[in-house]
Amino acid sequence: MIVKKTLLNDIHRQNGGKMVDFAGFEMPLQFTTIKEEHMTVRQKVGVFDVSHMGEFWVKGSGAAELIQFVTTNDISVLKPGQAQYSCLPNGRGGIVDDLLVYFFEPEKYLLVVNAANIDKDWKWINSQNTFGAVLENSSDNISQLAIQGPKALSVLKKLTDVDLENIKYYYFTAGSFAEVDNVIISATGYTGAGGFEIYCYNEDLLKIYSAVIKAGEDFGISPVGLGARDSLRLEMGYCLYGNDIDDTTSPIEAGLGWITKFNDHNDFIDKSVLLAQKKAGVTRCLKGFKMIDRGIPRHGYELVDNDGNVIGRVTSGTQSFMLNKGIGMGYVNKEFYATGTELFVKARGKLLKAEIIKTPFV
Amino acid sequence: MNVPENLKYTKDHEWIRVEEDGIATVGITDFAQGELGDIVFVEAETVDNMVFVGESFGTVEAVKTVSDLFMPVSGDVLELNPELEDTPELVNQDPYEKGWMIKVKMSDPSEVDKLMDAESYKKMLES
Repeated sequence: MIVKKTLLNDIHRQNGGKMVDFAGFEMPLQFTTIKEEHMTVRQKVGVFDVSHMGEFWVKGSGAAELIQFVTTNDISVLKPGQAQYSCLPNGRGGIVDDLLVYFFEPEKYLLVVNAANIDKDWKWINSQNTFGAVLENSSDNISQLAIQGPKALSVLKKLTDVDLENIKYYYFTAGSFAEVDNVIISATGYTGAGGFEIYCYNEDLLKIYSAVIKAGEDFGISPVGLGARDSLRLEMGYCLYGNDIDDTTSPIEAGLGWITKFNDHNDFIDKSVLLAQKKAGVTRCLKGFKMIDRGIPRHGYELVDNDGNVIGRVTSGTQSFMLNKGIGMGYVNKEFYATGTELFVKARGKLLKAEIIKTPFV
Repeated sequence: MNVPENLKYTKDHEWIRVEEDGIATVGITDFAQGELGDIVFVEAETVDNMVFVGESFGTVEAVKTVSDLFMPVSGDVLELNPELEDTPELVNQDPYEKGWMIKVKMSDPSEVDKLMDAESYKKMLES
């Protein structure tokens, strides 16, 4: 398989990036240490190259109908310039992918999907397109940066006349940025630290990246790799496709009921089966837990009860740098839904005590 | 890659330094700490126990992975570096000095001779 590279590959290497294969791309895992990069984002500002993400344009008269049908959330509530977190049900009660839907204007939407799922999502959405929408896969032409942290606004404001302060959370605008026209500036991100995501054409990425780094110097900006991206999203209890959600987990089980809207006018794939789950309750649910004993829960470790019975598995786990404790998520059955419930993580033969807590963890 | 001349090495990337009275200090190499990344804690439940060469004396947990730690020689595990309790990152920052892991009372000091010297360890890393 050919491993793709983003346009910043050389720069990542020059910056000391430890490169790894991720979702078919060669991406930086870390530049200094995961902890340092994590804290930079929580306390100052960091830049992530997320150009591996996929972008699909959906245009034309059937665009809205198609998106309403393939996603669980209700796009009829969106105003132009608003974005929405959503997921693609797979027709069997599972999830094809989670994604962002950007509403530009009637008959023009942008879908942003996970890199690992670009081909799968593209085929799936096309297969559901009985609405005559015009689909365009721009994943190879569009690059993306996430500038995240409390100082992100101060940094980016130096590079644009766009009134960034007034872009509300989950809204976006297109404008001139770092002397490049038509850059999409979106008040979104997957770190919980605040900030923006920037979409541009590949040929403008280097110019924009350099400008962001330079503008951020006074604020202690630094590049951040996938390692900290994972620990940051997990501290917020955000799902990672492939770990916490996949083709076998339902949005209701995954705690994504808040993006699954059963309004009369929102007809979508799996609506009836998911509605039935919501009404009857599900037999397992994705929950966050914090370690009481010292240890780091890891993907695949068993979750067990007091008597040693397996009650679930860890889907994601890490060390929380803010709490200085291990944290994780996993699917557990009903008796373990309540906050404060004790359970054990089986780590390499040892039973380590943990408790269910309400996410976000920090 | 930092591979000090005065130490001996295992294929599992531990180093050992022989001190006085049959006591030796054990840690992991610069290469190993780099591969592991951010170390979060080091555990040695074998303190006060006799552990044979090649057996696990503990574990090192990093953010991304967990790894067993193996005895370069047989002996009694005397102590775990107390500094690592609060500052496990010493293993990342200074793997051969402040980031040492355990002290061992060797039961057969001749086992040290069977370990790799710096030259051989470097060759192993390169191959």
